[in-house]
Amino acid sequence: MRDANGIGGLARARGGGPDRDSRARGGGADRDSRARGGGPARDARPGRSIAARGVLRSVVVVAALAPVVAPSCSGRNDDSARLRASLPAVASNELRAAADFAAIADAKQRSGALFLEASRVLLHPRCVNCHPAGDVPLQGTEMRPHEPPVVRGPDDKGTVGMECAGCHQDRNAELARVPGAPNWHVAPREMAWAGKSPRQICEQMKDPKRNGGKSLEKIVEHNAHDKLVGWGWAPGPGREPAPGTQAKFGALVAAWVETGAECPDEEARP
Amino acid sequence: MTITLQVNGVERKLDVDPEMPLLWVLRDVLGLTGTKYGCGEALCGACTVHLDGQVVRACVTPAGRAEGKQVLTIEGLSPDGGHPLQKAWVELGVPQCGFCQAGQIMTAAALLKKHPRPTDEQIDQSMAGNLCRCGTYQRIREAIKKAAGGSP
Repeated sequence: MRDANGIGGLARARGGGPDRDSRARGGGADRDSRARGGGPARDARPGRSIAARGVLRSVVVVAALAPVVAPSCSGRNDDSARLRASLPAVASNELRAAADFAAIADAKQRSGALFLEASRVLLHPRCVNCHPAGDVPLQGTEMRPHEPPVVRGPDDKGTVGMECAGCHQDRNAELARVPGAPNWHVAPREMAWAGKSPRQICEQMKDPKRNGGKSLEKIVEHNAHDKLVGWGWAPGPGREPAPGTQAKFGALVAAWVETGAECPDEEARP
Repeated sequence: MTITLQVNGVERKLDVDPEMPLLWVLRDVLGLTGTKYGCGEALCGACTVHLDGQVVRACVTPAGRAEGKQVLTIEGLSPDGGHPLQKAWVELGVPQCGFCQAGQIMTAAALLKKHPRPTDEQIDQSMAGNLCRCGTYQRIREAIKKAAGGSP
């Protein structure tokens, strides 16, 4: 009867033991590419189609209201689109240089545009995965929950037996492919970026109550030089790095602060 | 390169590559084969040991990280197999094939050190990285509670 004993308990609490087992047996294959394999099945879940119907309904409502709200919205969107069009085009894995934004004459708009460019890094999975909404860090380009299942714990470094440093070293593990960098941990709950707009992240990044008590100068320093932040551009083979380089990203954040640390409009997206 | 570390209370000076996984040092160099190789990717927990009291996966821990530190393996958990967890494991007949059980016990030992009377949630969170292909999870949880002084 021992077999009958085994299926419930912790395995059920974890939700999905068999998948984890098969991954654990998978040898050295790319963790990210394994994760990508799950994409279509996730999209096929009924919850997604309900969400999609919700989006469709919203689109219909917005379309119906369009004649009423169009003048003010389209003016702002036109401004934003015109500003973006004035910037040099870059590949998705590159960042524009801070100097490229000199073309935007208005300092406030330039500052917001600089942050918007920096948000291409902030919102990249390499960065969002450890700035989750809630207690569970994410993994992979499609940002699935961390496997094995972990929670942030009292110090954002995991719980006893499942501390981050139990697996993550101070550098990427070349053969086992476990990512690593000094001080590996989850960003505190108030620094969540997952699901937020660039403006929302901008506002919380300026708020000492939600940025770890940092001054804007410290924010620049952290983004430009912190080694855990820097891992985003050196995530190891098989993982897509954040766009550009840490130096370019740090320069964008510095230029954003120098121009008044203005936040982009709520609707603005990079 | 020579690294110096304490393994189960005994100082060892070892001429090994500091990049060698600690699991290789324990099993192949020191002959401590109680700690198992499972996945090699820190996903299954079979290789769990303590490094200065913290749970680590020996398969992904470079030996150099253990320099000057204390390593505790299943062989060193108690001198005679009399740790409360080991007793509870025997009394409840927890293992089936047994391959994962050293890792399970080492994680549970760290849990009980920090939370002598753990809740179900604490047990689940701490044990979540230790897989058991035989599915002995319910008995593992019972044995942890028994070792903690509760009645399973």
